Amino acid sequence: MAFDYPDTLKYTDSHEYAKLDGDTATIGITAFAIDQLGDIVFLELPEPGTEVQKGENFGTVESVKAVEDLKSPVSGTVLEANTEMVDAPENLVNDPYTSGWLIKVQVSDPSELENALSADAYRSMVEG
Amino acid sequence: MNSLRRTPLYDLAVSLNARMVGFSGWEMPVQFGGITQEHHAVRSDAGMFDISHMGKFTLSGKDVLTQIQRLVPSDLSRLQPGQAQYTVLLNEQGGIIDDLIFYFQGDDRWTVIVNAATTQKDYDWMAANLDGVEFQNLSDSQALIAVQGKKAVEHLNAIVDQNLSHLKPFAHLETKILGHSAFVARTGYTGEDGFEVMLDPEGAIELWQSLLDTGVVPCGLGARDTLRLEAAMALYGQDINETTTPLEAGLGWLVHLDTKGDFIGRSILEDQKQNGVKKRLVGLQMQGRNIARHDYPIFAEGEEVGIVTSGTLAPTVGQAIALGYVPTELSKPGQLVEIGIRGKNYGAIVVKRPFYRATK
Repeated sequence: MAFDYPDTLKYTDSHEYAKLDGDTATIGITAFAIDQLGDIVFLELPEPGTEVQKGENFGTVESVKAVEDLKSPVSGTVLEANTEMVDAPENLVNDPYTSGWLIKVQVSDPSELENALSADAYRSMVEG
Repeated sequence: MNSLRRTPLYDLAVSLNARMVGFSGWEMPVQFGGITQEHHAVRSDAGMFDISHMGKFTLSGKDVLTQIQRLVPSDLSRLQPGQAQYTVLLNEQGGIIDDLIFYFQGDDRWTVIVNAATTQKDYDWMAANLDGVEFQNLSDSQALIAVQGKKAVEHLNAIVDQNLSHLKPFAHLETKILGHSAFVARTGYTGEDGFEVMLDPEGAIELWQSLLDTGVVPCGLGARDTLRLEAAMALYGQDINETTTPLEAGLGWLVHLDTKGDFIGRSILEDQKQNGVKKRLVGLQMQGRNIARHDYPIFAEGEEVGIVTSGTLAPTVGQAIALGYVPTELSKPGQLVEIGIRGKNYGAIVVKRPFYRATK
């Protein structure tokens, strides 16, 4: 099945995306990841003020069957977590890129995203 | 993936866009439309599961009953032809080699259905411990479909030659389905009414297609797991294994010490019955949204006291539920414990099993 991967986003090989706006990155997981997980039933996100490191866990997403770590594409400080998704994680599937964002991070080094995958590169990775 | 085996229904599953996974050496569908949707289909209407990977044996011969009585703690002499017993094979330590169903067909003929992962182990154990019993392994020649759900009987009656409405739970019969000889039992692994149907591969493909046409929802191993867990049915290799006895696992109801003679593991069970067991498998309900999973530790007053064996968010119950072993003194419903989840502890309460009970 083909999914949407907006060109304005950067992607990781662990299926997160980041959208950089000034020094704020909005982070979520891709439509492919959500499809692979199946029905999402639990989401754990960090409190605002938490420091996150590029490539390190910042939270957990669980489907009925699986538990997966969420890895941050950037280092920085969490500004906000999407509590609406924590309260109703089943809605992540509806719109992973806008209403389904997970955390906003004040980025300490925007150049960290330079090596992240483009939409095309991510698409060819997951669609083979 | 090359070494994984495929059931006769593999191509049908793929054509229905099932997501396939490796399971006990088989390539099986984990989900079709989605685990939650499949789960609700069984609770409200009907779903079907390809369980052809399970092991299937027939036993026959004059001395069969005496012989198999030695392998299980249940009194199989109570069964009339057409009845069945869920039970366990025990080792000398009273540990569970497998859980399985013995179906008595009369005239010294029995059918046995066992877990996929343990098929060879069970075969070897029975071959080594049964004397003068004719023993046939149908695992590869026969397919098996579970049709489960509140309305399973209506869907099957539309296809099967015989009316199944009057078949009692755990009763079984031999009949014809779409011209194929079939063994039909009112058994299952979902906590809902339903049937398990054994027939040849061609018949299984035709039956699956006919059931699809009547609106039965194809279901995968994912929903099979959430359904059985709500019904608090043990999963072999996870909730029960060779180091757990039926008395520890809450399966005391299938241990008939009073009405039968010796069997392998009897002395251990007698001792446990008399002196009590040290640990018990209990139902656990999480107090928050966090989900306990297999192998998560259980704490009481800061001490690690037990282990979660199965856990999920239960679609019908609407809460995170689990099975796990705790010391007997902490096994009463109402007991508060904590589950260690990614380094933090979260409250859970011991509750009565099952978590879900079907209503008529």
